[in-house]
Amino acid sequence: MSEKEIGKGRTLTFEILKYTPSDPESKPHFATYRLEETPGMTLFIALNMIREEQDPDLSFDFVCRAGICGSCGMMVNGKPLLACRTLTKDYPKGVIRLMPMPAFELLKDLSVNTGRWMNGMSKRVESWIHRSKERDISVLEERVEPEIAERTFELDRCIECGICVASCATALMRHDFVGAVGLNRIARFYVDPHDERSDEDFYELIGDDNGIFGCMALMACEDHCPKKLPLQEKIAFMRRKMASIK
Amino acid sequence: MKIQYCDALVVGGGLAGLRVAVATKEKGLSTIVLSLVPVKRSHSAAAQGGMQASLANSVMGYGDNEDVHFADTVKGSDWGCDQEVARMFVTTAPKAIRELAQWGVPWTRISGGPREVVINTERTTIEEADGAHGLINARDFGGTKKWRTCYTSDATGHTMLYGVANRAIRDDVDIRDRKEVLSLIHKGSRCYGAVVRDLVSGELEAYVAKATCIATGGWGRIYRTTTNAVICEGTGQAAALETGIATLGNPEAVQFHPTPIVPSGILLTEGCRGDGGVLRDVDGHRFMPDYEPEKKDLASRDVVSRRMMQHIRAGKGVPSPFGDHLWLDISILGREHIEKHLRDVQEIARIFNGIDPADEGPKGWLPVRPAQHYSMGGIRTKATGESPTLSGLFSCGEAACWDLHGFNRLGGNSVAETVVSGMIVGSYMSEYCMNNEADIDTATIEKFVAEQYDYIGEILSRPVGEENIFAIKQRMKDIMDEKVGIFRDGETLYGAVEELRELLQRSSKAGVRLKSRGANPELCEVYRVPRMLKIAISVAYAAMLRTESRGAHFREDHPERDDLHWLKRTIVKWTDPQSTLPHIGFESLDIMKMEMPPGFRGYGRKGMTVEHPLSRKRQEEVDTLRARMELEGRDRFEIQDALMHFELPENYKEKNERFGVGYE
Ligand SMILES: Cc1cc2nc3c(=O)[nH]c(=O)nc-3n(C[C@H](O)[C@H](O)[C@H](O)COP(=O)(O)OP(=O)(O)OC[C@H]3O[C@@H](n4cnc5c(N)ncnc54)[C@H](O)[C@@H]3O)c2cc1C
Ligand code: SF4
Ligand code: FES
Repeated sequence: MSEKEIGKGRTLTFEILKYTPSDPESKPHFATYRLEETPGMTLFIALNMIREEQDPDLSFDFVCRAGICGSCGMMVNGKPLLACRTLTKDYPKGVIRLMPMPAFELLKDLSVNTGRWMNGMSKRVESWIHRSKERDISVLEERVEPEIAERTFELDRCIECGICVASCATALMRHDFVGAVGLNRIARFYVDPHDERSDEDFYELIGDDNGIFGCMALMACEDHCPKKLPLQEKIAFMRRKMASIK
Repeated sequence: MKIQYCDALVVGGGLAGLRVAVATKEKGLSTIVLSLVPVKRSHSAAAQGGMQASLANSVMGYGDNEDVHFADTVKGSDWGCDQEVARMFVTTAPKAIRELAQWGVPWTRISGGPREVVINTERTTIEEADGAHGLINARDFGGTKKWRTCYTSDATGHTMLYGVANRAIRDDVDIRDRKEVLSLIHKGSRCYGAVVRDLVSGELEAYVAKATCIATGGWGRIYRTTTNAVICEGTGQAAALETGIATLGNPEAVQFHPTPIVPSGILLTEGCRGDGGVLRDVDGHRFMPDYEPEKKDLASRDVVSRRMMQHIRAGKGVPSPFGDHLWLDISILGREHIEKHLRDVQEIARIFNGIDPADEGPKGWLPVRPAQHYSMGGIRTKATGESPTLSGLFSCGEAACWDLHGFNRLGGNSVAETVVSGMIVGSYMSEYCMNNEADIDTATIEKFVAEQYDYIGEILSRPVGEENIFAIKQRMKDIMDEKVGIFRDGETLYGAVEELRELLQRSSKAGVRLKSRGANPELCEVYRVPRMLKIAISVAYAAMLRTESRGAHFREDHPERDDLHWLKRTIVKWTDPQSTLPHIGFESLDIMKMEMPPGFRGYGRKGMTVEHPLSRKRQEEVDTLRARMELEGRDRFEIQDALMHFELPENYKEKNERFGVGYE
């Protein structure tokens, strides 16, 4: 297999941005590490090897290491990617430059505070089911059209990795922009029959330039979204809905 | 010193912790959740396959109810579970799933009419009732009599976690991430909160609470190959153990999942086999029916994992640079099914192995080998979720030994346990908070904070170079994989315990290169690894002492399940902090109180049980009582209550309505 041919024993060069903003003495700089490539190597494996063998101070975030939890977004040669599912063999030149994702608060090195950002977004778009009364949980559940459940699920697959935000020109300029992730979340509750919010309610939440009208339709978000969410279509749909309210 | 007061402190923001927090917050209690990572990134997000609840909406689930779910769970546990807890669980599970539906979990729904499925490698058409259209669907899972595992495609844990987390955000629960609990604050036999390290600033803080709940998930990362996330290191359970008062139950009960992919160890859900996928060997032969004619590829996990290793040992494995493995074939399900219902599986296989499992024939087969997956053991609690020895300390989810799973957990019962126990334990914990004050003096709080402060200072003062913490950690993982794995024996386990004790000693000499109390990844390793080693020692030592085979615990030198001597729960206490060994005792399970006395599981090895004479006696008692009450025209609820009464808080004991049968 070609995987083995390229993947054997190559020496990889990593250039990684190191910086601790909370430390007044720390200055942003690139540190260089060299590492022998192993078959099937991911950035998760490589970064842990660097930490264990070369730089115990290097900070980065991984949890599931399987592309499921959304912890490990970072800029890989300029592109925002989930590091755990990025294979080193896909970099034929063997030079990999890693930087933290922009738009988020930098904690240290490659570790950024996506958690706080996403929490703010969740509150901002009121990312929960709104219902006037709750149903008795001992009785049969409310029926949902299988199609609709599936459509809701499709949009519920977002893992809040922040990659759409890091690749979005609006988000980089406007700190309060909810991002594709926030607009997708609205679209998700919009289709969910359990949610009783009206178009007007949604307009209240995103009917401004930090919401649906801030999107410049450059669509880098959808190109990079690791879950391949239909962001373009959903944002366009919500924009039509919201524009009709004004 | 920073002291933060609250009523309810919840350590861990996975499904279990968040559901507890929603419960306490609902009662008007000030509630704080602490987590190592943003809570939506907790490992619950990785659960793919589904959640068991006996809704019986699908035609393949007709006849299912609490009784059937109960029997499956008890058999699955190899009679190691607490049957009262199992009853509490199966009664609440349908309510939990219906609650989650309202909170926005987009459960996959039933379409009325014909549906094509794969059963026993054959494509078959089943006919769903039109009346069931739009109700929650279920799939088949190992060790269950009915199709009971409800799901959202193969991202069940993710959608559940987002549903519960969003609910907690709605209720304004105070959630703080990048916070690590180092130790528990306690005085006498009462717990008052925790000492916490901020992982960004390195600062230590005291969180003082009326009640504290540990919901820190599994400890799989003490093993080298595991499906668990990198944060599943058992440090929450270690904090409880280090009180010297709280105890762990059944640490040796470790589940190995049959189908993690080789070599990364990333899980391929049981839904693969549930939906009709099969295991194959080096010759492409489907071997499970040879061993398990009845349940085949869907016997319980402990049985399938052992059969796979047995088959590999018999020379039928597929050689690879990463050791021998077997194949998982889901290509027979067809591309359409895979791309709709097993998409994450396909994505994982494509990205990490370059294989498209929908490709027909051997090209699409996935390399799999059993690996550590789930910790049945954990912080021992009563049925209320409270520690029997340290009052004010609660625990639930995978971190706890509430004892729903005994020696083997059924697939789909774990995410179900997290939310169900969250509801139940959250309710009991609220009650505790309302009846107790946090009557603790600041001197005691300061003492506990100072202890951790000094400990970190001592670590920073160690010379560098004598011991390397990464090497010690790696060795621990190797020992656990090689000596405390699927097949165990006394001598090897003894060796494992001895070497782990030595590692624990050596770990106290590991220094750090960066001498900073702030964000410092190596420092984290140095204080975490000794705690992980204490868990590892507890697992290995308990495995060594248990001279029988039960569920996932398999001793080659003691292959029979020995009800006569071992119908007992292991209880671990670490009383002497200087010692490298805990104290291990055992608590007996009372057969005469069981609703379902020990018998044959219906899969696995027959005739390999040393019976307890009381099992037969109790069975006769149960049969007589049941026959008499049936004659008297009593219903199944009355009979169940007469056999084994159990309590539930709130309205969780109400009967569950089911499609077509009402409240029967
Ligand atoms: C790959 C995989 C697939 C699975 N699939 C299924 C399935 O299909 N069906 C099923 O029923 N079960 C499944 N399981 C099991 C199930 O997912 C877990 O048992 C369950 O989600 C655990 O939930 P939890 O809330 O107890 O813990 P977790 O979700 O693991 O959460 C633990 C929390 O504790 C925090 N924490 C840990 N230590 C500390 C500390 N020291 N201080 C502060 N916070 C801390 C973490 O940050 C995290 O928030 C699967 C497990 C795995 C590994
Ligand atoms: S929309 Fe896609 S890129 Fe954006 S946060 Fe969600 S999963 Fe990540
Ligand atoms: S570590 Fe979970 S997505 Fe990368």
